[in-house]
Amino acid sequence: MNFKTMSLISAVALALPTLGMADADDDSLMINEEIKIVTKASAPAHMDGAVDEVMSGWHFRADGTQAMQMDDFDNPGMLGVETGEDIWNEVDGSEGKSCASCHGESASMAGVKAVYPKWNDSAEKVFTMQMQINDCRENRMGAETYKADKGGSIPLEALLASVSRGMPVNVATDGPAQATWEQGKDLYYTRTGQLDLSCANCHEDNYGNMIRADHLSQGQINGFPTYRLKNAKLNGVHSRFKGCVRDTRAETYKPGSDEFVALELYVASRGNGLSVEGPSVRN
Amino acid sequence: MADGVKPRVKAPKKAAAGDVVTLKTLISHKMESGQRKGKDGNLIPKSIINRFTCAFNGKNVVDVTLESAISTNPYFEFEATVPEAGDFQFTWYDDDGSVYEETKSVAIG
Amino acid sequence: MEFSRRDTLALGAGAVALAVMPFQVNAAADEAIAAFTGGADLADGGVTVTAPEIAENGNTVPVSVEAAGATSILLLASGNPTPGVAQFNFGELAGSQSASTRIRLAGTQDVVAIAKMADGSFARAASTVKVTIGGCGG
Repeated sequence: MNFKTMSLISAVALALPTLGMADADDDSLMINEEIKIVTKASAPAHMDGAVDEVMSGWHFRADGTQAMQMDDFDNPGMLGVETGEDIWNEVDGSEGKSCASCHGESASMAGVKAVYPKWNDSAEKVFTMQMQINDCRENRMGAETYKADKGGSIPLEALLASVSRGMPVNVATDGPAQATWEQGKDLYYTRTGQLDLSCANCHEDNYGNMIRADHLSQGQINGFPTYRLKNAKLNGVHSRFKGCVRDTRAETYKPGSDEFVALELYVASRGNGLSVEGPSVRN
Repeated sequence: MADGVKPRVKAPKKAAAGDVVTLKTLISHKMESGQRKGKDGNLIPKSIINRFTCAFNGKNVVDVTLESAISTNPYFEFEATVPEAGDFQFTWYDDDGSVYEETKSVAIG
Repeated sequence: MEFSRRDTLALGAGAVALAVMPFQVNAAADEAIAAFTGGADLADGGVTVTAPEIAENGNTVPVSVEAAGATSILLLASGNPTPGVAQFNFGELAGSQSASTRIRLAGTQDVVAIAKMADGSFARAASTVKVTIGGCGG
């Protein structure tokens, strides 16, 4: 053991006692006193017992942060949903259409977000919600597409998540999506960077433990897009992946890359059975 | 007017005369603190909501002076007495001179 | 394990630095209080400030103040580069002399509330908030 490790350990030892219990809590999440959110569920069979129970990141946050998600007015992520609703109804592109022209009210999209990422037959690849939005914009509306996690992507994704809240995540891992899912699984278990960490090292092996002063969650993405207190805005899944990979001191994949699409499908499937929760509030 | 600034208010639609009601307000605003540096290394100028007021039928409920330590998307929760039917007026004042307003009517019943 | 005398000293110095912390009540906070009170005495009690003992992120910390019978409450973050947070002036239709908001804290520090009472007296309360730094900053 060298001196650096020693300091690290003493820093951790200093941090731990002040933070008390590190396990996920047993609170239950009800939004607006009407939307019941399933935040703990039996792990999907494909996880082969890697964990017994899957848990929303909500359980790993402090009471004050948890409370912000229990009422839409207290949830600043709902500002993004409002923006998404405006875009939903706004005519754009050469065809003179808005999202609403084809789909009607945004509320009619309940359940859609729950099954994304999802195989798209005509494109012959797995589509994330954002890719499906861009497909509509390009091919139905004749409008410009959004960059991953930029422009209207996040507000529209937040809107579509919000109307599916309370419905179980249920992404398909088999059929034509299986190859992409397998690729995502490989990425999940592949160590990267100078720190030589895989997603699983933190979010499967050590969830519930403290990483310095932070409470490690299972890295579930059922709550995305998520409003982070840290940057006071809605964050996309791929941007979050990028942050994690960067922190292993690796060159990261780009938001919107095939790798992150595959990883999104795989990580989403680890949350099958939890409720769609976005836009959630996290630290 | 700064982009994307939108006030929101949660207030009861009905109250009994003399009731104390809880009000919540949120306005989408960056609240640029003046402490951050931009990509060019220079400080980003401070630009915040500097004052928020709530009145009922013209009578003051609360008048708040905000500094740059108020978080992005300023949020306030407070209580007001409703003596009669009327309107709550909410006003936010931006450093850039913009004024954002919202009104909520309360019935007695 | 190699652990030299120098290392031990360095570790000790680190511990002292931790105990003192860089964020202390600064002169600017005292000045802001003096400007608000005109240098009047500050009573204990009569005003409360409620904040989490540990904030998950310093960028958005929920804080509440309350002082029954106050005309205004000054809220300060004593360890911020600029200590001012907000001043609540209560009007005739205030249902209570209380308010909640969300604030930015640059580090572990005392959040201070000074209430000006209807009789012109002043009261002070403070609450220490520990601001944690995330696991990997991701």
